[in-house]
Amino acid sequence: MSQSLKTPLGKVRGLGSAKSGTDHFWMQRLTAIANVPLAVAFVILLALTIGKPHAVQAATLANPIAAILVLLFVVAGVWHMRLGMQVVIEDYVPNEGRRIAFIVINTFFAAVVAVASIYAVFKISFGA
Amino acid sequence: MASNGSTGRPLSPHLQVYRFSLLMALSILHRATGIALYLGTLIVVWWLVAVASGPAALAFWQMVFLNPLGLLVLFGYTWALFHHMMGGIRHLVWDTGARLDVASAKSTAMFSTIAAFALTILVWIVAFMVR
Repeated sequence: MSQSLKTPLGKVRGLGSAKSGTDHFWMQRLTAIANVPLAVAFVILLALTIGKPHAVQAATLANPIAAILVLLFVVAGVWHMRLGMQVVIEDYVPNEGRRIAFIVINTFFAAVVAVASIYAVFKISFGA
Repeated sequence: MASNGSTGRPLSPHLQVYRFSLLMALSILHRATGIALYLGTLIVVWWLVAVASGPAALAFWQMVFLNPLGLLVLFGYTWALFHHMMGGIRHLVWDTGARLDVASAKSTAMFSTIAAFALTILVWIVAFMVR
């Protein structure tokens, strides 16, 4: 194996061939840590409200703490899943053109999921 | 030997050449549950949009999911979430350089598998109690 004369710091500053450095790895871990308490909160919220009538569910989700927790979960969760699915695509789609197409679709899917969820929570919270 | 169609170069050995083990199963399940959760977000978005849309839309969502088959899907979704979470915590511990030996990996594998089932069942006991 050929040895590079670059120091580890130099390699990081150079950001590698993709010019994004350790960003993917780091954001995957950061959103993973955030998702642990947020997912627990979300699942509890879902379990407590799932069978309740609409008025109760809307009032629960309109509570500022519940709404903020759901919004945080949506942002951290969607960010995390986009990064994760990108790795799956990079592993299993050998054809470059198809791989790039799937990575684009992955980002679009994540954006739609995030925006739709955020819109819904805002509408529930602020009405009309 | 398997070869890469486009270049003719050999591929590294894949799943089928290894003896099946718990550690391997959990590695596969971590990715599988991640993919399942990706698709499962559609259930979550649908729920939030249904609540935002009004009683009729929520009633339809509840009709789809509040029956044995729908509840099984939701149970599976929460299990996937907790399984991926426990596996993720295992990975975060490994990221620090700790617990990387085989014996530790086996014991955390057992613990995370059991914890995921326990947390899933706990959540659904709560869900049925407040119903």
